[in-house]
Amino acid sequence: MKRRKTDMKTVRQVLSLVRPHSGLVGLSLLMAVGQAGLQLTVPRFTGRAVDLIVRQGSVDFEGVARLLVILCLVSAGAALFQYLMGVCNARTVNRVVRDLRTAAFRRFADLPLSYLDSHPSGETVSRVMTDVDTLADGLLLGFSQLFTGVVTILGTLFFMFRANASIALIVVLITPLSLFVAAFIASRTHHLFEAQSKARAVQTALVDEMLTGQKVIGAFGDEDTFLRRFDDSNEALRDASRKAIFYSSLTNPATRFVNALVYAGVGVFGALRVLKGELTVGGLHAFLAYASQYTKPFNEISGVVTELENALVCAERVFRLIGEEPEPCEKPAVLPQAAGAVGVNSVSFSYVPEKPLMNGLTVSAQPGQRVAIVGPTGCGKTTLINLLMRFYDVNAGSITVDGTDIRDVTRHSLRRSYGMVLQDTWLRAGTIRENLLFGRADATEEEMIRAARAAHADSFIRRLPQGYDTVIGEDGGALSQGQKQLLCIARVMLCLPPMLILDEATSSIDTRTEMKIQSAFARLMEGRTTFIVAHRLSTIRGADCILVMRDGQVVEQGTHEELLARKGFYAQLYQSQYQQAQSA
Amino acid sequence: MKKLLKYLKKYRRDCVTAPLFKLFEAVLELLVPILVARMIDAGIRGEQPGVVTQTGLLLCALALMGFAAALSAQYFAARAATGFACDVKAALIRRIEALSFRQTDEISVPTLITRMTSDVNQLQTGVNLTLRLLLRSPFVVFGAMIMAFVVDARAALLFAALIPLLGLCVYLVMRRTLPGYRDIQRAQDRVLGDTRENLSGVRVIRAFGREEAERERFKRDHQILTALQVKIQTYSSLLNPLTLLLVNLTTAALIYVGAVRVEAGGLTQGEVMALVSYMSQILVELLKLANLLVTISKALACADRVAEVMETAPDMVSGTEKPDFSQGPAVELRNVSLSYAGHGKEAVRGISLTLSKGESLGIIGGTGAGKSTLAAIIPRLYDVTAGEALVGGRDVRELDLRALRACVGYVPQKAKLFSGTLRDNLLMGDRGASDESVWQALRTAQAAEFVEKLPQGLDSPVQQGGSNFSGGQRQRLTIARALVRKPDILILDDSASALDAQTDRLLSDALKKDARDAALVVISQRASSVMGLDHILVLEDGALAGYGRHEELLSSCPVYRETYEAQFPPQEATA
Repeated sequence: MKRRKTDMKTVRQVLSLVRPHSGLVGLSLLMAVGQAGLQLTVPRFTGRAVDLIVRQGSVDFEGVARLLVILCLVSAGAALFQYLMGVCNARTVNRVVRDLRTAAFRRFADLPLSYLDSHPSGETVSRVMTDVDTLADGLLLGFSQLFTGVVTILGTLFFMFRANASIALIVVLITPLSLFVAAFIASRTHHLFEAQSKARAVQTALVDEMLTGQKVIGAFGDEDTFLRRFDDSNEALRDASRKAIFYSSLTNPATRFVNALVYAGVGVFGALRVLKGELTVGGLHAFLAYASQYTKPFNEISGVVTELENALVCAERVFRLIGEEPEPCEKPAVLPQAAGAVGVNSVSFSYVPEKPLMNGLTVSAQPGQRVAIVGPTGCGKTTLINLLMRFYDVNAGSITVDGTDIRDVTRHSLRRSYGMVLQDTWLRAGTIRENLLFGRADATEEEMIRAARAAHADSFIRRLPQGYDTVIGEDGGALSQGQKQLLCIARVMLCLPPMLILDEATSSIDTRTEMKIQSAFARLMEGRTTFIVAHRLSTIRGADCILVMRDGQVVEQGTHEELLARKGFYAQLYQSQYQQAQSA
Repeated sequence: MKKLLKYLKKYRRDCVTAPLFKLFEAVLELLVPILVARMIDAGIRGEQPGVVTQTGLLLCALALMGFAAALSAQYFAARAATGFACDVKAALIRRIEALSFRQTDEISVPTLITRMTSDVNQLQTGVNLTLRLLLRSPFVVFGAMIMAFVVDARAALLFAALIPLLGLCVYLVMRRTLPGYRDIQRAQDRVLGDTRENLSGVRVIRAFGREEAERERFKRDHQILTALQVKIQTYSSLLNPLTLLLVNLTTAALIYVGAVRVEAGGLTQGEVMALVSYMSQILVELLKLANLLVTISKALACADRVAEVMETAPDMVSGTEKPDFSQGPAVELRNVSLSYAGHGKEAVRGISLTLSKGESLGIIGGTGAGKSTLAAIIPRLYDVTAGEALVGGRDVRELDLRALRACVGYVPQKAKLFSGTLRDNLLMGDRGASDESVWQALRTAQAAEFVEKLPQGLDSPVQQGGSNFSGGQRQRLTIARALVRKPDILILDDSASALDAQTDRLLSDALKKDARDAALVVISQRASSVMGLDHILVLEDGALAGYGRHEELLSSCPVYRETYEAQFPPQEATA
């Protein structure tokens, strides 16, 4: 019952998507009616023509010729209508797909990160791509077969009842049998399909593991164990597939069988009527044609219904994505060019209410200060950055930039005031140039090269086959992790925003190159408020203020020297890294 | 495709019986119009109601037989198709396993996964449908024509004229649409790429305030896809109306010819009807055939891709000798160089070194200096492109690959665990190891403490990629995994990076004690991890930049000194 209700809601949503194209849909409907209607008259004309050629010596050539001319005209009309219907449907469906995908994509920009972080991106991608495709297939089938199917059924019913009511009744009574058979088979095969997709998921996961981990498996000589596991999964999948494919393929022969019975029945009863003189031979011919035309849409519709059900499930998933609560609306004020005074005032925050993370965190950074954040994994460093960038909103307290609460300005203007380099390097599939210009599309060639040089990326870029125009694959492709990080740094160096966030920005760069970049970083940080997260304490000693975090709290705060002198948690952390070096 | 056909051999019988049953069903269908003609000519015109009912029963019997034949055909087709797919996958995964990593790098892992999963799947669908339908449609088309000839040769000439015309129609439309599907696929890949990137890069995109630009990009890319789809679908919309029109026009001609023939006394009314029925059977089959051809052409493209992998000859051949460590040093590299597939530049070049059992070697260098490459040469994960690598005094290419790797405990940079239990993972290198030795390895790797705390101990489940363990735990587990096989050579590829300093120290102390007989290779970016080892090899850009002990290198090797001082600035290091 509940299922029904959500289905109805989904159907309404689908319809509202189609509404903007209602002109095309209406046209397509008209064409469907025209095509099916015209095509339906064909057996009548052939039947009447057959009646005119009873036997040798009594052939009415003139009448036959007249009927055949009409037949040709009707066929041409039907063909034209059918073609136009195809054209309309192609346009409608593809436009609906485009609208739906664009709407879903639009959500990526305003969904809260909490949603995106908690949903695997593969799943979201599959909603936008595969699910929309399935919906499109369903719609196309619906438009092209459902309309014509319904028109055909109504039309044949009309002609059959007009020709002979009693035979028509037989057809009408027997045909639903094929629907029952189809429904019966579908209900029985549903769990077989589930078993198949489960077995397939198991195998795909295993293949994924075996291939991404093949070097480890090879190095440990454990291929046989995995091959055995693979063979097991392979056989399980084979058996599950065989059952699912076989049982589901029964629908067609079963309905065909029912139809054949209908055909035989119509033939016998019709012929007997002809003998009694209630029907002509041509009438019987038309009747037989109608009977098979009448049953065919039932076959197709039973297929279409499965497709449509599938399409509805997919549509619902897409709509759920689109219907996700967006980030709360924002005030239209724009953050002016920031001086860079950042205040975190008794902020409390947690990702999930059950697990409190930050409670009453207070930090303040003066314009141009370098603030380093250190602490063990899970202490809240990355969370603080999420809050500063307003990827997440605080639960209590406030964060200010130059005294303005960041919730009072647009996210866009706030984020544009920060330059961010993350440990997780993200680059887009495209040229190096496109990537460097990501934050400032209008930068000149010289500016770009200067930024690349400052990030020590220029020399390796020049060594690439096409230099700055080298195309890199999705997420950096063939570049090493360190090279990707250099590109990310260059990308920020080109923007020169008033504030910086460096989250383990040099973690994958070797220490020597890092030293070289440090000078560039130092120049970049000149006069800019900077937040630095680093594992290696040696890289942050020069910071104006070091925040030592632990379990969501700032436990110590001060310069490197002050903190060492305090002999607290920081001193302990520092000593252990330092000792490691001494003892090794 | 030919290459894959041999996997159908096992199902030869199914592959013959399935279409045969389908053909039988088709023959039965072809008999129907003749029977109806008889019903009309003998039953009605001859006024024999008995013939009518008799023919009716015959029709029902035919329907039943047809049903049974169809069921059998579906069964055999399903069995052959799924069995075929299963065998192809089994052979394919074995071929992939046999390929060298250089080759799998070149083909790329995501590509291989697609080959193994969705490509073989499409292939299965293709085989299934081919067995069921491919023979049926032409058979019905030509069968209908032959039956028409049986009924009346002159009228049947129309059939002979129609069939090539229809073929031409299908060909012309398909010639336009099939290449179009390739373009659509490319456009679709772009849209998919945009979607994926926008999810994986959401933070960066928002940080740079690029949301609007990204929307525009997506819209543009999707518009290209939509336009292509509309174009191709508009083309393929031509096919059905064209067939319909041709068949209807031929029907009209057929009736006229029929009228002439009846007037001449060569044909009966029932026979004219039979001819018209054959015409509509042709129509139905052709529409099915057009759909089938699309599926088959897709499956054939998949078959080519699968066959391509299947035909790749492994370029690494195992030797036959067993490694013998009494015959020479544990590891010896003589002037080795290695370049990866697709990268012209050598990842390492001209490196020589010797390492005996019980000795330790540190390899240090910057990002991309070739450290991991050098380590991968020892268990022969990659073959050198020049020079030679020896283990126990023998070239690794002469050694039995499994036996060679069995002597090496390899801890890769990326701590990779597999789904299953902890025990499954730890026993990877030695399926016969006792729990006792597993725990010993865990203790050495500083992992025993947290494993003991797990309620199910060694039987604790491991999720795919080991995602239910922290980075540090995973690293220690992979070290334990390498220790379980009691290796003669132990390679740690930057495998302590996620450990805190305390644990790291305990680990290196334990290794010094418990793995003292092994030749130890430690790779790191940091001086602190290698400065206590017997030898240190400094790599820069794939070439040797220094070799010796810590103190020697500090004074003789500027690269090493810089690396060291980056971590321990002079005033601190002496403090």
